[in-house]
This record gives sequence, C-alpha cells and structure tokens, in this order.
Amino acid sequence: MPDQFYRSHILLCTDPECLAKGAQDIEDALVRALDAHGLRDEVDILETSRLGHCHTGPEIVVYPEGVSYINLTPDAITEIVSEHLLKGRIVQKYQFTAEVRKDEELRAPAAKEMRIIMARCGVIDPENIEDYIADEGYAALGKVMSEMSPRNVIDEILKSNLRGRGGAGFPAGRKWEFAANQKSETKFVICNADEGDPGAFMNRRLLEGDPHAVLEGMIIAGYAIGAHQGYIYCRAEYPIAVRTIRIAIRQARELSLLGKDIMGTGFDFDVELRIGAGAFVCGEETALMASIEGKRGEPRPRPPFPAVSGLWGKPTIINNVETLANIPNIIRRGADWFQTIGNEKNKGTKTFTLAGDVVRTGLIEVPLGITLGEVVFDVAGGIKDGRKFKAIQTGGPMGGCIPEQFLETPIDYENLGALGSIMGSGGLVVMDDTTCMVDIARFFMDFTQDESCGKCVPCRIGTRRILEILEKICKGDGEEGDIERLESLSKFIVAGSLCGLGQGAPNPVLTTIKYFRDEYEAHIREKKCAAKVCKGLISYRILDTCTGCMVCSRNCPSHAITGEKKQVHILNDDLCERCGICLTVCKFDAIVVE
Amino acid sequence: MNDDIVAQLTEINKRLGYIPRAEVEKLARELKIPAAKIFGAATFYSLFSVTPRGKHVVRFCEDAPCHVAGGRAVYDAIRAALQLEPGQTSADGAWTFEMTSCLGVCGVAPVLMVDDDVYGNVTPERVAEILTADR
Repeated sequence: MPDQFYRSHILLCTDPECLAKGAQDIEDALVRALDAHGLRDEVDILETSRLGHCHTGPEIVVYPEGVSYINLTPDAITEIVSEHLLKGRIVQKYQFTAEVRKDEELRAPAAKEMRIIMARCGVIDPENIEDYIADEGYAALGKVMSEMSPRNVIDEILKSNLRGRGGAGFPAGRKWEFAANQKSETKFVICNADEGDPGAFMNRRLLEGDPHAVLEGMIIAGYAIGAHQGYIYCRAEYPIAVRTIRIAIRQARELSLLGKDIMGTGFDFDVELRIGAGAFVCGEETALMASIEGKRGEPRPRPPFPAVSGLWGKPTIINNVETLANIPNIIRRGADWFQTIGNEKNKGTKTFTLAGDVVRTGLIEVPLGITLGEVVFDVAGGIKDGRKFKAIQTGGPMGGCIPEQFLETPIDYENLGALGSIMGSGGLVVMDDTTCMVDIARFFMDFTQDESCGKCVPCRIGTRRILEILEKICKGDGEEGDIERLESLSKFIVAGSLCGLGQGAPNPVLTTIKYFRDEYEAHIREKKCAAKVCKGLISYRILDTCTGCMVCSRNCPSHAITGEKKQVHILNDDLCERCGICLTVCKFDAIVVE
Repeated sequence: MNDDIVAQLTEINKRLGYIPRAEVEKLARELKIPAAKIFGAATFYSLFSVTPRGKHVVRFCEDAPCHVAGGRAVYDAIRAALQLEPGQTSADGAWTFEMTSCLGVCGVAPVLMVDDDVYGNVTPERVAEILTADR
C-alpha cells in the first residue's frame, strides 16, 4: 500500500500532564471537527510526548507551518480546524508566541538548557520505530555489531566517564567491566525504570518520548557484558510509559533488532517488561531484583554486588533509564565528544524535574556543573508570584534542603554531597519563603518512614522516632534537647541501614537543622512558626472587615464558623482544624492567620 | 513457568478489586510455593489490597511537590467531601480513599486519581466537581 500523503500533520501532546488537563477531549474534538469538514484523509494526528510547555497544555503543533496552539479547549479546536486547517488562516488568539510568553513573565525558553538525551522527545512519534531510525536510531547498535568487540564498547564507556544517573554516580563502564569479567553462561541487564522519587519524572518522559534509545542502550549493554536477556522494571504508576515500552519492544523484535540473531550477527538478546506494584524501595537495585523474582521487594546486604551475583544469582548489571539512553549517543558520537560536556569529574548532561514555587515547572536538561542559581533563576524563571527564594531540595526524599547562600554551587555529585545533599535521580523542589522548614522535614520523614521496607531496625524504628519528634515540635510541644535527639538518631540510622533509603533518610532533617536551626529553635522555645504553616502554632481570626457573606461558614468542614448574614462571623478556635479552606474561599481577605 | 508473581497478583487485584485469601492459596498450589510467601508479596506492595475496596478508589498524592503546591487544602477537601480518612472505605461500598506516592505528573500538582483517571491542578473547590462526575 502506498504511503498515505497528508496535507497537514498535527502533533498532539499526550503526556500524562496534558491528559490530566483534558488532552483526550481535545483529540476527540479534533477527530469530530476534521470529520465534519471532510478533512480526515488530509490531516494526520500524531500523539507525541511533551511538546515543551506542560504548564500551558493541552497543546498541539500544526505542520507544515509549525504553529503551536496552547491552553486548548474543545471549542478552540473547532475554531482552529475550520480556520487554520480548512481556510489556512492561523488563529492567533490560541497561538503560542513570544507575546504570550511575555504575558506570563517567562524568560526565553531555558537559555542554559542543552538537549541531548531529550532531543527526540516531542519531536518523533515514540510509537513508530521508523521515526527513531530516521533520526540515527540504532546506528550505534549497528556500529557496535559491525566494528566493535565487547571490550571496545566497555573501553569507550569507561573513557566517556559516564556516571550512573540513578543517583549514586558510579561509573557505568566500571559496572559493565565487573559483569563482563564474570564467567557465567547466563547474565542479565536490567533497566531500572522504577522512578519513585516524589517530583522526579524524567525517566517517565524519556520512556514515553524516546523508548528506543533506552532499548538500544540495553542491547549494547547486553553485547558488552555477554548477556542475552534484559528486563525493564517499570513502576505501575506510569501506564503510558508501559504502553510505549511494550510497543517499542514489539517493533524492535519485528525488525530483528531484538531477539534471536540481531542484525544477522548471531547475537541473541531479548527484553521483557516487568511492572511494579507500588513500592518505593524497589528502586534500590537489590530490592528491585527481589521484586522481579516475585518476592517482597526488600534490599539485601552487598557484597555480593549484582555484577557478581544478581538476579537469580547470576551476574547482573542494573542501569537507570537515563544512563542507558546516554549509551547510543556516546557510541555514535564518541567518548571524546561526551567529554566536552560538563565539568571536570562530571561529564554529559543531566535531566532534572523542577517542581514547587518556580515560574516554570517541568523537565529540563542541562550540562552537569551548572549552578543551582542558574537553574532556579535562568532556566526556571525564578520564584513564582514575586516571592523570595528560601531553599532548594535536591535528590528527592533522601536529599537535603540547600539555602540561598549556596546558590553558586555547581550541580554535580561531589558538590551536592559536600552540602549534605545528594544528586539522586534529579528531582528539584524549590521552596519560597512561605515554606516552614520543620514542616518540610516532617513531611519527608513521613514519606521515608512509610516507605521503609522494615528490614533494618534503625531505619524502620528510627525514622518513626524522628517523625514523632518532628510532629511534636510542629504541634508546639517541642522541648529542649529535641534537636540533639534528632541529630543523634540520624547518625544511628545512617550507620545501621543496608540501603540508600535508610542511609539517606535523615538528610532532610540534618540539612534543615544545619541551615535553618533558628526555625527549629523558634518552634521549640517561642512556639512560633514564622511561615505560619504548622497547625499547632497558628490560629485563624476573622477581622471586622468581614461582610457576612457566609461563604466561609458554608465551606468550613468542621463547622467552626458561625454568624448571621451581613454580620461579622465568629470562629470557634476549639473546633477549627486549621485546614485553611476559609482562607481560600474568602473574597474579602477578612480572615488572617496568626 | 510463569514466575512473574507480581504480575499475577496485579491481575487478581485488578479483576476483583483486592486479593482474597482464597486466590492467594490457589496461586500457591499452582506455583507450588508456600502461601505465606505470596501473602508476603501481596501485603508488601501498596497497590495491592487484601481487604475489599469500594466501587471507586480515590487516590491522592501525598508527596512533596503536591504538598507545596497546595495539596494539604485539597486533602482536607477530599476528606470532608467523602467523610473518609485515608485507607477507609465508605459504608455503602461506593468509595475508598487512599494515599498514593508520586504519580510523576508534578508539573500539574496537586494531583488526584479516581480509578484510572488522573486529575491535575486540583483545587479544593474542584474536588466536589471531580467526585460527582459521572463514571
């Protein structure tokens, strides 16, 4: 059948964030409108991953003109189809232009970004292997199969100095070398796609946008260490990534890029997808292997390291999604090229997710060694609503909170470690001056004590004790000596835990004590929460400017507000749960927190 | 040999809404491994439940990016609307309220899920609207 020729192509972002904002309705509206005008055979709709402006979704890009439309509704689609696609007139009011960007006080699109790993995301159709191949996809595999020995591959990766992007920063080439040196008929390659850090979704985006890059990296890894079976372990919370991986595996098999006799070279390598079931600790490599084996996902002591005895006791390498996606680029463009990006000990780019109180949240890719300040202010556009920067948390729930005076710090494994934080998988949460650091520490401890698998006593019970002390402080019952108790407990947890979860769990507490000790002291001694967050230390008051509109009393879930129409309302402090709903619904700013 | 026990438990959990004891024992007989091992896995993973759940499951993200984006007010609004605490199922069996770890769509935080649908940029005011939508 000859290829269908389309007059126009519409790229529709079907990233989960756009889907959460109604991208499916947009697609339905597109199909309806195209049918209505009889344009269905002339216009092609391609579902892609993120197109670049996730805070302004749902969005589409219409080619050949290359016009971006944002903030779409089904009505807007009807108009765009009849105006742009039927009559060829661009509908300016939905168009994404520099004007819109100025309105939203956005800076130029991420001036200091560098897209290498994410270069194809949103540009190609992730569910069509030909798109990937057309953009030099599987060229690295071809080079490996035809020109390189397994030893050559490992040497090239060693030379590139690529460090594991899962968080620990261990040189990928060294890991491969260990596994390659093991004498075993059976070896495994595992792709760790169990991205569980709150606020981190770079691996999801990569798998949804460019799944073949990860597959290609896995096949090359298999060739380098002499493995014939790979597993991708993806978390169940990522249904779209699961779908793109499934499709990618099927398509690669059809073209003999995966399975028996790859590219006719006699090398066999196949990949199976395993899906998690909601356990944060399974991102830890030994816990992940236990989960693939069908057990409770609990970590075990190392050594033996997985490269020696891993999945089902066989030599296994476990690499993060992003580490593997780097491989084809390094092979194709050479280790020397890779060396030119980054700083002395940290080569290449790294993807980060920005969340919290910045203007531009979402995914970025920057060269390693860029400073924290450059990311917060140049790439993310600074703090939202004109507020002041307070802290940036790096490395997910086991990372630390870094205050303003360290904004000049380069983002790399060594420098973040020196500040008591970690690189982690790349989640960045920016906090403004309305954040209470004791509450944030409490929040992260709540997470880690919940996700602790329970195997190591210091982690299981210690995190709980820390949480209890923090809750006590937030309630206003903190006592002298609590800070010291937190510090000594943290020390025991770090020393007595097997895996990164326990070893890193106290980081948020230790860094907030280190950099924001005055806030802890104010909570404990003066019973004050300067940010007005901790419920036990604040109360709500209705001012005389209350107009008696009754909106707050109707919305109060604990019925703490009473009052007649057009009269100043009364708040019963004993019933008040400090949920803040009254504060958000009051149109007259008549409620204050004290 | 189908060794993927987690996948089999996922299938049961999806089909029945939870993993009943009888299914654990059946699986144990089929795979010839102790039921305790399978029960251990069934109770380990947070997406599995060994007790019956409501017709619709509301999951709210409990993690930091949603928390700093106003998640706490949304959490309170869900509790008030459903009259349920996390982990509880309503007496009429219509709703279960659970907390979930990060869903990875933090760009539109706060986020909640009703069954398989994800809702982003949720505000306390939108909670009732989302929960009363036809499904």
